[in-house]
Amino acid sequence: MQTTFPRLLLKHATERPQAPAMREKEYGIWQTTTWAEMAKMVEHMACGLHQAGLTRGEHLVVIGSNRPRLYATMLAAQSLGAIPIPLYQDAAGPECVFPLNNAEVRFCVVEDQEQVDKLLEIREQCPQIAHIFFDDPRGLRKYDEPGLASLEELLAAGEAFAKQHPDFYSGEVEKAHHDDVGAMFFTSGTTGNPKGVVHTHNSLINRAEAGALFDKLTSHEDVLAYLPPAWIGQNIFSYAQWLYCGYVVNCPESAATVTIDLKEVGPTYYFAPPRVFEGLLTSVMIRMEDAGAIKRGMFHYFMDVARKYGPTKMDGKSIGMVGSLLYTLGNFFVYGPLRNNLGMSRVRVAYTAGEAIGPDLFSFYRSIGVNLKQLYGSTETAVFVCLQPDHEARADTVGVPCAGVEIKVADNGEILVKSPGLLKGYYKNDAATAEVLTADGWYHTSDAGFLDAHGHLKIIDRVKDVGRIKGGSNDGAMFAPKYVENKLKFFPHIKEVVAYGDQREKVCVMINIDMEAVGNWAERRNLPYAGYTDLAQKSEVYQLIKECVEKVNADLAADELLAGSQVSRFLVLHKELDADDGELTRTNKVRRGYIAEKYNVLVTALYNGATEQFIETQVKFEDGRTGSVSATLKLSDAKTFTPVGKAA
Amino acid sequence: MSKKIGDVILDVKNISLRFGGVKALTDISFNVKEHEVRAIIGPNGAGKSSMLNCINGVYAPQEGSITFRGQTFDHMDSHQVATMGIARTFQNLALFKGMSVLDNIMTGRNLRMKSNILMQALRIGPAENEEMMHREKVERIIDFLEIQAFRKTPVGQLPYGLQKRVDLGRALALEPQVLLLDEPMAGMNVEEKQDMCRFILDVNDEFGTTIVLIEHDMGVVMDISDRVVVLDYGKKIGDGTPDEVRNNEEVISAYLGTSH
Repeated sequence: MQTTFPRLLLKHATERPQAPAMREKEYGIWQTTTWAEMAKMVEHMACGLHQAGLTRGEHLVVIGSNRPRLYATMLAAQSLGAIPIPLYQDAAGPECVFPLNNAEVRFCVVEDQEQVDKLLEIREQCPQIAHIFFDDPRGLRKYDEPGLASLEELLAAGEAFAKQHPDFYSGEVEKAHHDDVGAMFFTSGTTGNPKGVVHTHNSLINRAEAGALFDKLTSHEDVLAYLPPAWIGQNIFSYAQWLYCGYVVNCPESAATVTIDLKEVGPTYYFAPPRVFEGLLTSVMIRMEDAGAIKRGMFHYFMDVARKYGPTKMDGKSIGMVGSLLYTLGNFFVYGPLRNNLGMSRVRVAYTAGEAIGPDLFSFYRSIGVNLKQLYGSTETAVFVCLQPDHEARADTVGVPCAGVEIKVADNGEILVKSPGLLKGYYKNDAATAEVLTADGWYHTSDAGFLDAHGHLKIIDRVKDVGRIKGGSNDGAMFAPKYVENKLKFFPHIKEVVAYGDQREKVCVMINIDMEAVGNWAERRNLPYAGYTDLAQKSEVYQLIKECVEKVNADLAADELLAGSQVSRFLVLHKELDADDGELTRTNKVRRGYIAEKYNVLVTALYNGATEQFIETQVKFEDGRTGSVSATLKLSDAKTFTPVGKAA
Repeated sequence: MSKKIGDVILDVKNISLRFGGVKALTDISFNVKEHEVRAIIGPNGAGKSSMLNCINGVYAPQEGSITFRGQTFDHMDSHQVATMGIARTFQNLALFKGMSVLDNIMTGRNLRMKSNILMQALRIGPAENEEMMHREKVERIIDFLEIQAFRKTPVGQLPYGLQKRVDLGRALALEPQVLLLDEPMAGMNVEEKQDMCRFILDVNDEFGTTIVLIEHDMGVVMDISDRVVVLDYGKKIGDGTPDEVRNNEEVISAYLGTSH
């Protein structure tokens, strides 16, 4: 379908004006905005922005969580031919400076006082900012900075303008072409400045359509919008596909109420990165351990049944009469109530992406009857490249290419993609564009992987991160850090891992324990601890982590490609890696290079055989203040195994 | 600050309170102006809570008078105080631990409910509409205090800082003109204190509520108050803006000690 977002909005507003477009929980009640109301709001906002001076082709920044009025702002900007740029609401002020200046942004529409303060703080560095509109006036009564106004005022001015010029809005919408630039997303990037990924209306809508057709999405879906709108995934699920399909997007009351709201909404189409699924599972397991003996017994018995029959049943295959009977009973007593408790009773299609998902975690959800699948894509491809069809979902692949996509594996193992959803380019960065988008139309994903025998894509690691072991007994063996890190992260006690090994003679890792899981584990063993730093250095915890590392080594030994990536030494870090300290990206991926620099003494200690190392680290708190954490860390050896292939 | 501070709304004159031979308060006078944040500070046992209890009608002072909006009383009556629009929170929380956050705050609406207990129990007549109206008010307070995630949680299960917030919520449910806060920041960590400060200032700012607060933490008091009264051993030793009070010799010696 070749169209623009504002036209899709008007189509829904004409065809089904009274159908709900968005719901937002406010004052304890889900308040509905219909398509007709949404269209009116967008029209008024567009008129208001036009009066304020927003011009065609200009950029407008939107910062905030999922709020109907912020989504309406994006539509209003697009109606005028302006380009909305959603930015991460939890980014610190200085992180916003580059995008604001890079795109010469004069107009900012933000959620609340927190975001207004952030913009005012960096206003000197971004002198071109002329207008800041806010959604929630709370606490802003006393502000009298120039250009600061509420969305309420903007809407009122727009409404007056629309009354005088009733044809203005539709005229503006008419002017747009589907190949015009529709939106821009800044990629967090692990190094250097972020890059603005430019997408046209068509590239986004085309991919939204491909995804919708693949899973037969209709206007009857319910979606909960709870991830940052600045992330293209959320933007596709609660914007592009929302407008394409015309389903209902539900906005939670606040970040703290997401799990409650999830239960109330009962989405039919659900997306979450693996860590959300993991968090949900961990909380269920911890509550289950505290339950009475009968409940616990029943839970464990039927979870065994689920593990045995569930995945097969999900794959659409027969599980026999006994299996069916047991599974039906289990569904009645355990899986059904559990799905309900997780807010997944109505889920028809659930996706996870962004990171590899642990096989146990993945099959847990599938075994209790949640149709959890994986997909592959990125900001540059407008998400949908590969998707797993129902009945063919596996933990270690990411699915088959979807409509319109061509995939090819380059000689260095890099995956190349051709798709109508590819980016137009990086904004004002032709050099970077030329690096990823070659003249023959292939997009270089920088992921290494291959298509397996069934045509499913399997990802190993980033191409640039795949290294070689140098020297020692494994000289020249392939080293895929992410692969090793993920295998370790699949253990519930391990939250984050950073692996080193390229151009070194062995693989060493730094580990973050999962405070909730290990804390609980320690409490059950009457192991007292004073906090994260203390717990992390307990010898019992080291023993626990050592067992995990050795299990991974045993597993890796069986892998012909990666047997040399077994972990020889490890340590448990004294602080949690944090995006505020620059150690993780805003999408929570480890920045290996930066961490190696920052914790240089630790990396050195890992390789020189020391058994203890002192370290002091600067930390940044959420309110912007800084402090320091220091500790003496233990380093521990782990057993490695002879590769299965070599022994034979 | 563009906030408008109005006329005197509460005037305390020559209050003395004795428990047998113990003089809790001696000849205390001060006033509170509309829309201001007024702090009462002092070391332990200075008589801060006693002062609040006099205003609130819990204690009846032996001497002196209290004038609220032009009406003068020798001593206040708790129920009457509440009806006149003075609400308070407690130093040692007085919440219903087994009840949800929502219900606890709802109890603050008690005075505003018109239908009788039978109608409320059976939800007949105007009771249902009334409940919805009150629920909406309560929901606005929940939203204001950002405790949506704990709406249905029994108060006893919440951490202390949040319980304090619920306590404030219940007082707000009365839609008070004057809010008496008894050590709202006691026992909190820095982050919780900052949150509480923000809520107090927001209440003052958004609803125009006059606030009288007792506080230990000098830093907090100086940051958020318009005027401060200092008590020591039941006597007033200072009164004025935070800056004036900070430079007051007597206050310094009361807080830091001095060689006599």
